[in-house]
Amino acid sequence: MCTTCGCGTDHVHIDGVGLALSRGAHAPLTGTEQFVPAAPLPVTAEEAGIGAAGVHAHGTSAARIVQVERDLLAANDSWAAKNRQRFAASRTLCLNLVSSPGSGKTSLLVRTVSALAASRPVAVVEGDQQTSNDADRIRATGVAAVQVNTGKGCHLEAPMVSRALDRLPAMAGGVLFIENVGNLVCPALFDLGEAAKVAILSVTEGEDKPLKYPDMFRAAKLMLVNKVDLLPYLDFDVALCEANARKVNPDLEVIRVSARTGEGFDDWLAWIARAAA
Amino acid sequence: MHEMSLAESIVQIVEDTARQHGGTRVASVRLEIGQLAGVELDALRFCFEAASRETVAAGATLAIDQPPGQAWCMPCGGSVTVGSLADPCPDCGSHQLQVTGGTELRVRDIELG
Ligand SMILES: Nc1nc2c(ncn2[C@@H]2O[C@H](COP(=O)(O)OP(=O)(O)OP(=O)(O)O)[C@@H](O)[C@H]2O)c(=O)[nH]1
Ligand SMILES: [Mg+2]
Ligand SMILES: [Zn+2]
Ligand SMILES: [Zn+2]
Repeated sequence: MCTTCGCGTDHVHIDGVGLALSRGAHAPLTGTEQFVPAAPLPVTAEEAGIGAAGVHAHGTSAARIVQVERDLLAANDSWAAKNRQRFAASRTLCLNLVSSPGSGKTSLLVRTVSALAASRPVAVVEGDQQTSNDADRIRATGVAAVQVNTGKGCHLEAPMVSRALDRLPAMAGGVLFIENVGNLVCPALFDLGEAAKVAILSVTEGEDKPLKYPDMFRAAKLMLVNKVDLLPYLDFDVALCEANARKVNPDLEVIRVSARTGEGFDDWLAWIARAAA
Repeated sequence: MHEMSLAESIVQIVEDTARQHGGTRVASVRLEIGQLAGVELDALRFCFEAASRETVAAGATLAIDQPPGQAWCMPCGGSVTVGSLADPCPDCGSHQLQVTGGTELRVRDIELG
């Protein structure tokens, strides 16, 4: 955390190299990692609140009110749009895997990239607060991986992915997987330029998670119910879990898988192939 | 805690705007944070205070408008108010809802002074 102000998204590291990615006030932005602010809105005297009807006055002189009307996510979203253009230009399918910590994102990816790598270019961007463990696990399969360490940051943001892409080989016609920071709340809000978010929920987490964390299941196109090899030992009701998820997102697709046994992987790999087509 | 990230965006927007208008101090910032936007307002206030320290926005008060969650219910063919993304239609109980409002995350205006 930044000692000056306590802001949480300072000190991002990509493969161990520090980056100034914060929009915080004391990290002047330079070069390609700079957020591009949305174009400043023209401000007329009327918009500035000089005698304009309907302009909200905060308390004192209305003449000092400046209309802004800017979206808080605009900077992130403009980076996400650039990432999306890069993916389109190279015909790359980008999937953003989101889940709570330990639901099996890396285990799923290890098995998935091993199955895909023979037939198409594959790469992984790993997001974690600390350590390069997950990128190391991917690299052990022979697939390229970039580790982004977010420090205190609890989610990936689009500029981090842009910088990570600079470190990956060209992968025309391939699949880029992004493993987001394990967190069922924050990554829902941040577009990275992906074609789809894939939410992973493991059967040890409880059927009610889609109702407790609706934003994430709403943002996702596909839910993978992972660790189904453990079902005989649990009283997890998969049908109830799926019904809960569809309450939040009626269009959500669901595939039951096990990263341990490979159950359901035919369906999951077929889903990827359709998405990439 | 994406509230810190949002607070940093607010500070950035406020700094840009104040600079364009030659402002050296910001008395207040009016935000629009929809009730379905998934933002913890206490956390946002706390983070804004931290992120605005030693900036032109330091000490500014936050005025927060909270537009309610609105959705279009397909079975009813009408607009309804919802408290959460997991809520059914209050009239017919359906979950076939298209969210139409309540996810706003904007800086509306700032007061220089
Ligand atoms: N039985 C069983 N265990 C699994 C399965 N998938 C993952 N695990 C175990 O679950 C634990 C967490 O798996 P990871 O793949 O590290 O989970 P993750 O989501 O990447 O975790 P973070 O990156 O820390 O958020 C490990 O002990 C895995 O061996 C599965 O399908 N079945
Ligand atoms: Mg992992
Ligand atoms: Zn967060
Ligand atoms: Zn209805």
